[in-house]
Formats: sequence, C-alpha cells, structure tokens
Amino acid sequence: MEMRAPGLTLDHEPLGRPATVLRVVEPSHSPDWALRLAELGFVPGERVMVTARGLPGGDPLAVRIGSSTFALRRAEAACVQVQPDGAPA
Amino acid sequence: MNEAVIHVHRGGPLVALVGNPNCGKTALFNLLTGSRQKVANYAGVTVERKEGRLVTTAGKALRLLDLPGAYSLHPRSPDEKVTADVLFGRALGEKRPDLALCVVDATNLRRHLRLVLAVKRLGLPCVVALNMADLAQRRGVQVQPEALARELGVPVVATVGVRGDGAEALRRLLDDPEAWRASTAAAPPSANAMADHDTVRAILQHLQVDELIPDTVSDRIDRVVLHPLAGPLLLAVVLFLVFQAVFAWAEEPKSWIEQATAALSQGAGALIATPWLRSLVVDGLIAGVGGVFVFLPQIVVLFFFILVLEESGYLPRAAFLLDRLMGGVGLSGRSFIPLLSSFACAIPGIMAARTIADPRDRLVTILIAPMMTCSARLPVYALLIGAFIPQRHVLGALELQGLVLFGMYLAGIAGACAVAWLLKRFTPEGRQVRSLMMELPTYHWPTLRNVAIGLWQRIVIFCKRVGTIILALTVMLWFLASFPSPPPGASGAAIEYSLAGMLGHALAVLFAPLGFNWQISVALVPGLAAREVVVSALGTVYALGAGADGSASALTPLIAQQWSLATGLSLLAWFVFAPQCMATLATVRRETGGWRIPLVMVGYLFTLAYLAALITYHVARTLGA
Repeated sequence: MEMRAPGLTLDHEPLGRPATVLRVVEPSHSPDWALRLAELGFVPGERVMVTARGLPGGDPLAVRIGSSTFALRRAEAACVQVQPDGAPA
Repeated sequence: MNEAVIHVHRGGPLVALVGNPNCGKTALFNLLTGSRQKVANYAGVTVERKEGRLVTTAGKALRLLDLPGAYSLHPRSPDEKVTADVLFGRALGEKRPDLALCVVDATNLRRHLRLVLAVKRLGLPCVVALNMADLAQRRGVQVQPEALARELGVPVVATVGVRGDGAEALRRLLDDPEAWRASTAAAPPSANAMADHDTVRAILQHLQVDELIPDTVSDRIDRVVLHPLAGPLLLAVVLFLVFQAVFAWAEEPKSWIEQATAALSQGAGALIATPWLRSLVVDGLIAGVGGVFVFLPQIVVLFFFILVLEESGYLPRAAFLLDRLMGGVGLSGRSFIPLLSSFACAIPGIMAARTIADPRDRLVTILIAPMMTCSARLPVYALLIGAFIPQRHVLGALELQGLVLFGMYLAGIAGACAVAWLLKRFTPEGRQVRSLMMELPTYHWPTLRNVAIGLWQRIVIFCKRVGTIILALTVMLWFLASFPSPPPGASGAAIEYSLAGMLGHALAVLFAPLGFNWQISVALVPGLAAREVVVSALGTVYALGAGADGSASALTPLIAQQWSLATGLSLLAWFVFAPQCMATLATVRRETGGWRIPLVMVGYLFTLAYLAALITYHVARTLGA
C-alpha cells in the first residue's frame, strides 16, 4: 500500500464523524475526477461526513458536504484526503 | 408547450435560467411562463434548452430560456454543453442572453454561489433568484436577500419555485434593465474558480450562514432508507406495493370501461344496418381500440406511484441502493436516471442519456434502455397475465398476478444487466472504473398539483396514442382482415381467406416454434409500430374470426380458452425484448446520428426476443403447460 500521508481518505471514514477536506488527489485512471469533485464542493477546508454506506463492501457512500448529500463510489471517495475533527493536524 | 421553434419574439430580450441541477429552474420557468415542463426531485430532468414567453409587470415580453442544470461551466456531457454554449454565445441560432437569471438554492448557497460567480465572470448581467428560501428558514438558515445582493453586487430576489410570491418581484425587476446592467460593474469578479471558493466562503461568513453540518429531516429519513439492510428491504416492499396496486386498484374502473365498451358494441351493432360498416365499427374500432383503452386505469395507477416517487426525492436513493449492480455491469451512476425514465417510455429515457459524459456509457445506456418495461407494454402484460395467471394469493397476502408483473419488470432489468455486462466484458473501455457522483436531494412532500398535472399529461399522451396510431392501424388491419371476401361455399371463418389471414398463416411458419398461432403472428405485424397495437389487433382478429353473429366478447377469456399456457408465457417472454416501437428507433437514430445503432438494436433485441420465447415455450411444454 502506498502511504497516504498526511491524512486519511474519505472512503475509510467511519459513519457520522465530521472531518475537513485536506486535498483532492486525482486518480491516474480518471484525471478529471478531481475537478469534478471540486465542482461538487470537495475543496480544501470544507467540512464533510460519511452518512451511509452500501452493502456489500461499503460501496457506494453517502457523503454530506455543507448542506448537500452526494453518493460517491469508493474509488471516488478515496481521492478525497481528510482530517478528522479533533485529531491533531 | 415547447416554443423553441416559434420565431415571432426573436427580437425581444433573452433571459437565460442558469443554476445547479435540481435547484428549481424548471419550476420557476413554468411559473414565469405558464408552461408545464416536467419537474421532478432529482438532477438532470431538463436535457434541452426550452423557451417560453414571459411578460413583465409593465407588459413587456421577454424570451426566457430554461437550460439544463450544471455544476460548472466546464461542460462534459451533451446537456451541460447546451448550457455552456448558450452562456458563451456559441449556441447555433441563438444570440447570447441579455441577462442570466441565476437560480440559487438557499439551503445550499456554497455550491450554488460558485456558479453565480462563474457566470458573472463571463461578463453577463446577472440577477439572482434565491430559491427555496422558505426551506432554508425552516432549517434555521436566515438569508437576507438584501445582504446577499450587497455581497454579490447583483440584484437578489427571494422566490419559492412552486409558489407565486417571488415571481411578481422578479417580473418587476426584469422591467428595470438599468438595475441589472449596472450589476456587472458593481463588484469585481474573482480571478478564477479556485478564488471563487474563497470568495464564497467569505460571503457566507459575512452573512453568518457558514454553518457546519446540520442534522435535517432528510438525514433522519436516510438513516433508514439508505441502511444496508433496511434500505433494500424497503425498496423491495415499495416496488411490490406498486405492482400489487396496478392490478388491485385498477380492477373497478377497468370493469366500468369493459361494460361501457360492451354496451357501445351492442348499441352500434343494433344501430348499423350495413354489414361491412357494422363489422368495421364493432369488430374493428370497438374491439380493437376499446381493447387497449381498457388498460388506462392501470397506466394511471402506475404513473401515480412513479410521479410520487419522483417528486419525493426517493428515486436517487434507489439508485444508491442499486449502485453495486450498476457498477458491476460497467455502468456509471449517470445511467440510472435515463434507465429509470425508460420505465415510463424509452424515448425520454434515451434523450436523458445526454446527461452521460462518456460516449461509450451513453451508447450502452441507449442500447439497453428499450429493455426497461415501458408503459406501452403494460396493456400487453396485463392482457396476458389476466388471461393466464390465476387470480389467487400466494404466501398469504401476495397477489399472484401482481407478482408475475413484478417478475416481468425484473426480467427486463436482468436482460439489460446481462447485455451491459457483456459489453463491459468484451470492450476495452468497458473495464475502466466508472464514477457515480450523484446528488441525493432533500426529501419533500409531493405536491398534489404536480402529481395531478403529471397524471393528466400521461392520460392525454395515452389517449392521443389510442386516437391516432392505434386507431389508424386497427382500421388498416380490419381492411386487411376483411378483404378479399371468402369464395362462395367456403366453410371456415371469413378472416381465414383475407390478406391478413394469408399473411398470418405464412408468418406462423416462422413463429410456430415459439407456440404463436396465426392470429398472434398477424397481430405482431401492425404491432411493430407500437406494442399496444398487438392488443387492439388481437381484438380485431378474434372479433372477425368469431363470425358474423359473434359479438365482440372480451378478449381475455377468449385467449385464455384458445391458447395454451405455454403460448401465453412465450408471448410474455417475447415482449420483454422485442423492439416493437418505431418511435424509439427514430429517437435512437436522431440521438446517435445514424442508422447503425438502431439497426444493431433491432437485430439484437429481436434475436433475444425469439430465443427467450423459444426457450420459455419449450420449457413450459416440457413442464406440462
């Protein structure tokens, strides 16, 4: 596994834990995802929270951002690096 | 309703409605222009530009354009390109708008304001309609239009899309070009999209609405609806209830129509003296058209549920629950809404595929859309299920007929998934990871008005089909089935000697392996134009075959008695796949720009239909049906 320093990615966040977006990393297979995620509001400093996960495998995820909710597949959520609230920076 | 082709008010000022998907642009458009464009609670309902005429308070006429929603001005899909082209002044046959009317969802300012800033950067004069302000207020987010106007440097009017309150204020504002033209100069636009984020954050902080993550009613509903176990269970229950209701609730009005048809047929039979004219009216028109018309109640019940689900915001949740399936067969989340629309009719579904950015995904979606069970199949399914599936309960409370209908829908979905999976497996682009990125909108109660308008439109569409294509083909079939007359001294029914009878017997050779008799074979021919025509055609063929004295008795008991169960099931299987709809093929040709794809579609769907019916017939025969 590659190191995903410094934070965790959104797809690994537990349900209901607020976090802040650190950055969005574009995956090599779909370079346009980063811009699209940014357009939906996934930009550094925004508050996010995973509100639901599908079965099996926790895919897709429902993610709260501001007052909207988006459904993201795991691969998309993995592009979003986050800093959980209360965790040291 | 769509006035895009009317060139009369070309000269008037052009106002374009711009906004994120599902922010209420079309509801506002309908309110301002008196149109009845389709609205629903999910993203991507509007895929084309629609034009209407708006009259300001002072009586000035403006042209109002409703554009597909977009998250940004970087278009990826064909529908987003429409929006960007119009705003950049690149749209063919359309001037650049004089004013952008930006619709902003007050409950979701952050994302929506970024688009406003992007539109401002184009140098277009802007006016902001602050929509859903009431909903924001109920959530404790107080947005003052004046304060927002100061921050943005453009006029802001509070509106509630489904009510008239803000519309008047907007009409007044549109009378005052000075107010909105001045707006461009008032505040310097931010330099680029990234700077927009900071600008929006600063605005929200000034307005003191930079709230964290509020806990809303929608969240609480989602905790159940999106629950990994409860969610799918709830979805299954909802779908079940819909199909049970399609049979249970429609029973009563159906019998009224049947009685009225029988009375009409008797009355006409007694009234008309000329034998051939009596046959045309009784065996042709009443048996044929009435045979299709009787299914109107079931279509109304089905659409009632579809409209309520559409309005409530539940449908994108269903997409969430089924996403593993979609992803597994190589489809992106964008395919869900087009496929879902295809349950009403494949034509809007195929057009909605314009929201899909990836050309390969769009093509796959178009190819499998006709397998979704459209409402034109409902009369056929209802006829066959009513005739061959006993009306009894299984597992306690479940009605067997409704269960089989549900199974027919599942069969279509399974076929579509199988084809999508094959295309994923055997095309190089098919294996890439696909995206979802779909908004789950806030739930709201369906408005009676919208459901009523939607239902009325479906009724009108159905009656138009019955009154035009079905009527015309029925009359045509009556002629084919009545002439030439049998030779003197012939023993069989007259229809056996007619053109249609000969055609049916010739085609029956092809269809005999499927268990179709010559009457079915004949009915499938006009049924190529539209599926319901098969029902009216069977009505006419059997009414004529019954001989001169045979009053047009109801078709259901007749086929139940004359066909084997295996034949009935085989015909059901045929209709899951058979692409018997000219209008769909014409739409596919238009949307894909050529005959190649529609021909591929016809070829593979007829092959599937033939194989499915063949297997069904022989399996059923083996099992003794």
